[in-house]
Amino acid sequence: MTQQKNGNKTGFFVPEPPARPGERPDFSNIDCSAPGAVPMPAIDCAAQKTHEFAGGLIRVLDDKGHADGPWDPALNMDELVEMLRLMGLTRAYDERMFKLQRQGKMSFYMKSLGEEAVAVAAAKALDDEDMVFPSYRQQGILFARGRDMVDMMCHCISNSRDNLKGRQLPVHYTWKEGSFFSISGNLCTQFPQAVGWAMASAAKGESAIAASWIGDGTTAEGDFHSALTLASVYKAPVILNVVNNQWAISSFAGIAGGDQASFAARGIGYGLPTLRVDGNDALAVYAATKWAAKRARSGHGATLIETVTYRGESHSTSDDPGKYRPMDEWKSWPLGDPLERLKAHLIGLGAWDKKRHEKMLSEQAETVRLAYKEAESFGTLREGPLSPTASIFDDVYVEQPWHIRRQRQDLGV
Amino acid sequence: MARMTMIKAINSALDVLMEKDETVCSFGEDAGYFGGVFGCTEGLQEKYGLNRVFDAPINESAIIAMAIGMASNGLRPVAEIQFADYIFPGFDQIISELSRIRYRTAGAFTMPVTIRTPCGGGIYGGQTHSMSPEAFFTHIPGIRVVMPSNPHDAKGMLIASVECDDPVIFFEPKRLYNGPFDGDPHKPALAWSSHEKGEVPKGHYTVDINKAEIVRGGSELTILAYGTMVHVAKESARLAGVDAEVIDLRTLIPYDMQTIAKSVNKTGRCVVLHEAPRTSGFGAELIAQIQEDCFYALEAPIIRVTGWDTPYPHAHEWAYFPGQERVMRAIKQVLEN
Repeated sequence: MTQQKNGNKTGFFVPEPPARPGERPDFSNIDCSAPGAVPMPAIDCAAQKTHEFAGGLIRVLDDKGHADGPWDPALNMDELVEMLRLMGLTRAYDERMFKLQRQGKMSFYMKSLGEEAVAVAAAKALDDEDMVFPSYRQQGILFARGRDMVDMMCHCISNSRDNLKGRQLPVHYTWKEGSFFSISGNLCTQFPQAVGWAMASAAKGESAIAASWIGDGTTAEGDFHSALTLASVYKAPVILNVVNNQWAISSFAGIAGGDQASFAARGIGYGLPTLRVDGNDALAVYAATKWAAKRARSGHGATLIETVTYRGESHSTSDDPGKYRPMDEWKSWPLGDPLERLKAHLIGLGAWDKKRHEKMLSEQAETVRLAYKEAESFGTLREGPLSPTASIFDDVYVEQPWHIRRQRQDLGV
Repeated sequence: MARMTMIKAINSALDVLMEKDETVCSFGEDAGYFGGVFGCTEGLQEKYGLNRVFDAPINESAIIAMAIGMASNGLRPVAEIQFADYIFPGFDQIISELSRIRYRTAGAFTMPVTIRTPCGGGIYGGQTHSMSPEAFFTHIPGIRVVMPSNPHDAKGMLIASVECDDPVIFFEPKRLYNGPFDGDPHKPALAWSSHEKGEVPKGHYTVDINKAEIVRGGSELTILAYGTMVHVAKESARLAGVDAEVIDLRTLIPYDMQTIAKSVNKTGRCVVLHEAPRTSGFGAELIAQIQEDCFYALEAPIIRVTGWDTPYPHAHEWAYFPGQERVMRAIKQVLEN
C-alpha cells in the first residue's frame, strides 16, 4: 500500500503512486517471478485452483531472452519472426501517425508503445474468425489480422476512403471482415458485449470465441462487473483481458484498486479462472491466450487474463504525462520492452541478428511512409475530400425517416 | 477584476468555495493531482489536500453515488464527469436517486450536490466527446440544470450552484473554455482576454441561477440560446443586420419564463437555438411554453435551429453544428412570415 504524502490524519485514504514528476521511478511493487515459476493448470481446472495465478506472473522469456518453463509455446522460427515483424510494424505505424497528428494531419491519435505484444501475440493465438472487442490501444490486432494499412490511415485522417465515413474519432476502428468490432470512446461497454457475442456463438453451436480488452482503470466501471457476472453464469466462450499498463490518463492503477489486489484476482470471486501474464513477453501472452482459447473452445467457459505492461507514451495526443509521472519512468519498467525482448530471444536462437533487425525497422518505416502517401491521395481531414456531407444523415436508421430527410434538405445536401 | 478563461473562472469559483466552506470537496476522473483533463481543478489538491480534492475511479455511477452519500453526511460535493458523453453510466444514480431524495424523504435529506461536466462540440471530439445531453436532465423533476456562456457567469453560477441545497448539473460548453466562439470555425480563435465577459471579479459573488440575461436588446425578434449558441446568436443577428433581442437562458431548469415571455410579447417573433439534436430537445419545451403564454402576441411560427437528429459526426462537425448561416436563414424566415 502506498503512503499518503500530505499528512492526511483523518483516516480518509486516497492512494498515491510511488513516484511523481521529478522523483525516482519506483517499481518495487512489480513482482517478477522467474520464467517457469508458474505452472500450467489443467484446461478444465476450477476457478478456485487459479488463486496462485492471480498473484503470480506467467513469464516465458527471462531478461536475457531465454525461453523457459511450461508456458513456452514452442513456436517455430517463422512464427516468431512474424510476431516480431508485426510488433515492429505496429510501432512504426504508431510513430508516424503520432507525428502526423502533431503536424495537423488528423485530429487525434493514440499510440500503443510498449504494449505491442499484448495485441499482436494475443491475436496470433486466436483464430481469425474469433471476434475481438478491443479498446483503443490494440491496433496490433489489425496488423496481425492483415488489415490494409492504407485503409487504417484513411480512417484516421477521416478522408473520402474512410470506411467509417468520417464519423468516428481516429483509432476508433471497425473492421467487420476481420472480426473486429467497433471501438467505443466510452469505457468498458465492449466487455459485456463480448460476452453476449460469445453466448450467441455457443447458442448457435459454433466454435468461434470472443475476446475483449480493457485497461486497468476501466475495471472500475460497472460494466466490468456485468461482464464477469455474465461470463461466469453462462460459461461463455470468451477471453476477458485487462491490460494493466499502470496508467489511466493521469490516474495510476491504485485509483482502480490495483494496490489492494491484482486485477486478475477479481476473476476468482466471480468463479472465473484467472491468469496474470507478463504483457511485455510476447510468448507468455501467446501461451496464456492459447490456454484460455482452448478452454473456451472445449466448453469450460471464460478466463480473465491480466496482462501486466506499461503505457510507454501519453494516453493520447491530448495528454501531457510529464505533469503526473516521471518522464523516464518507462526506462525503469522492470518488464522491459516487448520488441527488444523478442528480438533478443530470436538472436539467442540464431534466427535473427542486429543487421536484419535494423533492415526490418527501416523497411517498415518506409512501408508506413509510402502507405501514408497513398492514404493522403484520398484526402485529409483538413483539406478534404471527405465523405459526402449528405452521408452524415445515413445509417441513423435503416432508412431515412421524414424528419431526418427534411433536415438533410434543410442543409441543402 | 481580471480577465481570465472559463477554465480559470471555474477554478477560481472552486477555490473561493473551498476556502469559505470546509464541507466543499471536489473529485472526478483525473480531477485530483492532474487537475482535470481541461485543467479546471488545477492546483486545488495541492492547496486543499487529498481529503478534499481527489482522483476518482473510472466509474460515473460510483462518482455520483459517492456524492449522494457524502451529501447525506454533511458535505457539499462537486463531482466532475470528464465529458457529458460519459455521464450515462451514472444516469440511474441521478434519475432514480439524486433528483428525488429531497422528495422521497419529505425533506429529511437534501442533496447539495453539483455535477460539473463539459459538453458540446466544436473541438473535433467525435461522437463520444461532443454531446449536449442537457434535455434528458431537464425532464427529471428535482434537479436544476444550468449552462453558462462566459467566464463571468461560469464563476458566479458555479458558486450559486454549489451553495444551492438542490442538486445542480452544471454544463460547461467546452468550446468556450478558452475563448468565445461565434460559430465561424474559419476565423482565428478568440481569447476571453478580449471579451468583456472575460472580466471576472476576485473573491465571492453569485450569478442568480433562476434568471436569464438579455445580452442584446432588440425589438424585431427574440433569439433564445444558451452556452456556445449565445455567441452564435449575437454574431448572426449582427451579420443579418436585424434588431434582434438575444436572451442567454443561463438556467434551463427552472427556466426564466418571465424574461422570455416579456421579450416575445414585445417582438412577436422567436427563434430558438441549441446545439443538441432537434427532436425532443430543450427547444421543444421552450416553444410549447411560449405558445401557451404568448400565443396572441405571436406574428410567425417559432423556428428552431439545432444540431441534426444524428450522432455528432467527427469529420463533418461543421455541417452538424448550427452555425451562422443556418441561424441567419431562420432569422430571415421568421421575419418574412
